[in-house]
Parts: sequence; structure tokens; C-alpha cells
Amino acid sequence: MDLSFFTEVLVGGLLSGVMYSLVAIGFVLIYKTSGVLNFAQGSLLLFSALTFVSLIERGLPFWAGILITLAAMTAIGALIERVVLRPLVNQPPITLFMATLGVSYVIEGAAQLLWGTQVHGLDLGIDDRPLEISGVFVSTFDLFAAGVAGAMVAVLILFFRYTGIGLGFRAVADDPLAALSLGLRLDRIGTAVWTAAGMVALVAGLLWGARLGVQFSLSLVVLKALPVLVLGGFDSIAGAIVGGLIIGAVEKLAEVYIGPFFGGGIEGWIAYVAALGFLLVRPAGLFGQKLVERV
Amino acid sequence: MSATLVVAAVEDRAALAIESLSLSFGGVMALSGIDLTVAPGEIRAVIGPNGAGKSSLINVVSGLYRPDHGRVWLGGRSFAAVPTDRLAALGVARTFQNLALFKGLSVLDNVAVGLNHGFRAGVFAQIAGLPGARRERAAAQERAAAVLDFFHLTDMRDRLVGTLSYGVQKRVELARAVVARPRLLLLDEPMAGMTLTEKRELTGFIRAIRDELQATIVLIEHDIGVVMGLSDRVAVLDYGRLIGDGTPEAIRANQAVIDAYLGVAHDLEAGEGI
Repeated sequence: MDLSFFTEVLVGGLLSGVMYSLVAIGFVLIYKTSGVLNFAQGSLLLFSALTFVSLIERGLPFWAGILITLAAMTAIGALIERVVLRPLVNQPPITLFMATLGVSYVIEGAAQLLWGTQVHGLDLGIDDRPLEISGVFVSTFDLFAAGVAGAMVAVLILFFRYTGIGLGFRAVADDPLAALSLGLRLDRIGTAVWTAAGMVALVAGLLWGARLGVQFSLSLVVLKALPVLVLGGFDSIAGAIVGGLIIGAVEKLAEVYIGPFFGGGIEGWIAYVAALGFLLVRPAGLFGQKLVERV
Repeated sequence: MSATLVVAAVEDRAALAIESLSLSFGGVMALSGIDLTVAPGEIRAVIGPNGAGKSSLINVVSGLYRPDHGRVWLGGRSFAAVPTDRLAALGVARTFQNLALFKGLSVLDNVAVGLNHGFRAGVFAQIAGLPGARRERAAAQERAAAVLDFFHLTDMRDRLVGTLSYGVQKRVELARAVVARPRLLLLDEPMAGMTLTEKRELTGFIRAIRDELQATIVLIEHDIGVVMGLSDRVAVLDYGRLIGDGTPEAIRANQAVIDAYLGVAHDLEAGEGI
């Protein structure tokens, strides 16, 4: 086996895994505080990419596009929390999940109405030349994406550690009942979390949009995030990162080394097989909280 | 003079007044027609057998239960149902019978949560780290550190609460309740499950809280020794009714209270004729 080729595949896999982590983090933020698996995260991602691209195509400068899209994502996130989820508080998880499924179609429909259905190219101004680092070829774009993801995670950590709202978030995530009986302002925390999820969707949307082109199938990247969440645990940001890296690496390595035995094309489904196998061994994921219930 | 008038007369001065309060769960009357007034700076114990309605009373005052009848006066304002999210603004803090701590958070964070209500800076000001938000946060940190010091918790400030002993956890919860300088502090069985030494220590803390914060304290307690030594006045509940309210000495001599605690000696009375 050629070691430098192996390293190249591995690094490529890890970097594409970062892209999965980006999507998964959006899920984790909301799941941790409200126990909702937000299926609309993919549509949010699509909506942000589409809005940004359409604004740019109408001649707005890059930063204006970012700011307007960010404002829109913040508003949408806050709106979903207020209008859809808050009235459904205390409903079973499946109800909440179905609600977010409905929301995802509303958002996609709204995106279609606003911006039309054609595919857009999104150029973030990073040329995707392979970069040679000590004999291993690495995609510049992937490196950039990893850098952005790292910065975003750092900002989230600062937010959770050093703001009052962040402390409230950690409190709610640790014990929702205690937070409720203390009278913490769950509404403010909920709004903040959905806002944060909207921002994460923006970052992920731009990077994925630049990678795949901005089109409606972009919302299907949520399906890529599911095995990551199963692996890393639904309620751990660290889990989302590690899970994403593992899934990315597994996909690429499996495609290259096992793929030929199946006639190739296993990259599309091997992640789910890995997740399924993992579920049997560790249902709570690598970093997820184990549910122990006293009976 | 009716009880309502008594309450009306003292509502301005009282730290807490409860006016003909009733609460039922299904067909069970948890509280029926309770009138109670607590003066500022008072330590008031609420005692009674299990199921007498003590915790229900505190839960109504802290807004967790909505009473069927009656009103609660806090700081000169009356409520049919106390708004939980405005408790801190009303200067009310409480502890819980079964600790409501965040076990995965550090001692310092648990105490700092008690100050979360006071933040005036908006979400974005906090995230952006604007000067106002930063000052607020620094002040909160300082205040939390001072309270940790007061409760001898400084050595443990970075420990996760879940790893601490029960007695220390109770102290952390008390610290969280006190950190926002409440005017009214509600303690639901603060001594439960504590050793004698811990009880003595906690008694000292409760007195010190009253003296330093000029806070009014309402506590539910089963340890009669602690209650008699610590409280200025004692209220006694039995089957949801207030059967006694007075100084510890008066309560000790109250026949209804003795009956409720020891059981009425029906058999002896019946046997007297023999």
C-alpha cells in the first residue's frame, strides 16, 4: 500500500468530513436545548445559500450580501422558534420533528417563490488549486472550509463560556427541568439558539453552495449529517466534529480501498452502514449523553 | 376583624402576605384558606406532618403552582398567580427539596446562573462583547466569587456539582439563591439529609444571610430542634390548614400542634372511664 496515497485520501476525507460537521453542529445546537431534531436545518442552509447568491447576482457587494443574509437567517430562526415551536412546548418529540419537517417545506417553497428554481454558481473567490504539503496534495478550498469551521466553533465556544445567554444555554442543556423551575428565561435562550443555528446554516450553506452549486438538492445535505450525529451523539458539539471527521474519512477510504470490490460508488451509502453498525454498539454515540432511567 | 382586613392592613409592610389561599389537586385540598403574613427580616419556619401542604405553599409563592383562590402579596403587590419569570425582579429566590442544580456545570457556573435574570444587556451586546455587557459580566463574576467565599465554596469553584457530596450541593443551591440579593428567600427543607455538623453550619449561614442581606426567610423544616432555635415565628400546617402561627414558645405549648404531631389520644380518652 502506498502510504502517501493513503495519507492523501485520508486527509481529503477528513477535510470533507469538516463539511459534514458544519451541518451537524446546526442540529446539535437545537437538539441540546430543546430536544428537537430540526429537520429544517437543511432548508435553512439552502435558503441562506440561495439568498446570498441571488443578492450577489443582483450586484450587491460581498459583505452586504453576508450581512443581509445573516439578518434574514436570524429573523427566520427566531420566527420558527416563536411561531412554530414555542406553542408546541411539551409535545412529544415526534410532533416537534414533524413540525420542523413541515417548516422545511415552507422554507423551501418560500425560497422558490423568492428566488426561482434555477441552479446558481457560487464563487467565494477561493480557487480550488490542489496545494502540495510535504508530498500530499490537499484542496485549497477544503483547507479554507476547515479554517472557517474552526473559527465558527471557536466563536460558539466563546459564546457559551463567556456570555450570560451562553451560561443559560448550558444550564438548559444540562437540566431543562431545573432551568424551568428556576424560572430561567427559556424564551430568550430559545431565540438565541435558533439565531445561532441560523448563522451556522449560513456558513454551511455558503461552503456547500460553493462546492456543489446552489440548487434545491442542497437541502439534502441534512441526510449526510444524520450518520455524523448517530456516530458523534446528537447532543455534543465535540461529537459532531469528531463524527464528521470519521464519516468523511470512512467514506473516502472505503471508496478507494473497498469500492473496487463492489464496482465503486459506495461513497454514497457506506456512511449509513457505518452509522448502523455503530448504533448496535453504542446507541448514544461517542459523546452523547447516555439515558439512564430509574424504574 | 376578618383575616382579609388584617392582610390589607399589613400588606405595605409585610415582605410576604398570603390571603385566603386555596389549592387543590383533583379532589385533594393541598391548601385551604391559608392566611399568613411574614414581616421583613423575619425568619419564619413552616412545619407540619408529611403531606400537610408545606411545599405546595412555597410552590404557590414562587409561582410554580397557580392557586384556585386567594392572592399572594409580594413587596406591596398582589398576584393571583405569581409570574415565575419575574420572581428575580420581585426579589424572591428559593431552593428546592430535591435540589434543582445543574450537575454538569461547575459550582461557579451554577451560582452565576442565579444572576442571569439581572442581565440588562441584550443577546447581541453579550455576543459582541460590548462594554456594557462586559462590565455587567465582570460584576456578576465578582458577585458570584464573593458569595462562594461567604459559603466557603471557593476551593470547589471549578468542580462539577454532580461530583460533590449532598451537603455541599445543598450549600451550592443556597449560594445560588442568595447571589442575586433576594429580599425574600424560600428554603424547602434546607437541612434534609444533613449531618449534625452540617446542620449547625447551615443554621449559622441562614442567620448570616438574614443579617447581611436584611432578607426575609421562609423555611420548611422537619428538625424541630433547628426550627425552635432558628426561627422568629413558626407556622404549622396540617391537612392543608393553618393550625398554628406564633413564636416558637407559643407553638410548643399549642395543643392543636401537639395533637397533629403526636396524634390525638382517642384511645386514652375512651379508656378514661375504666
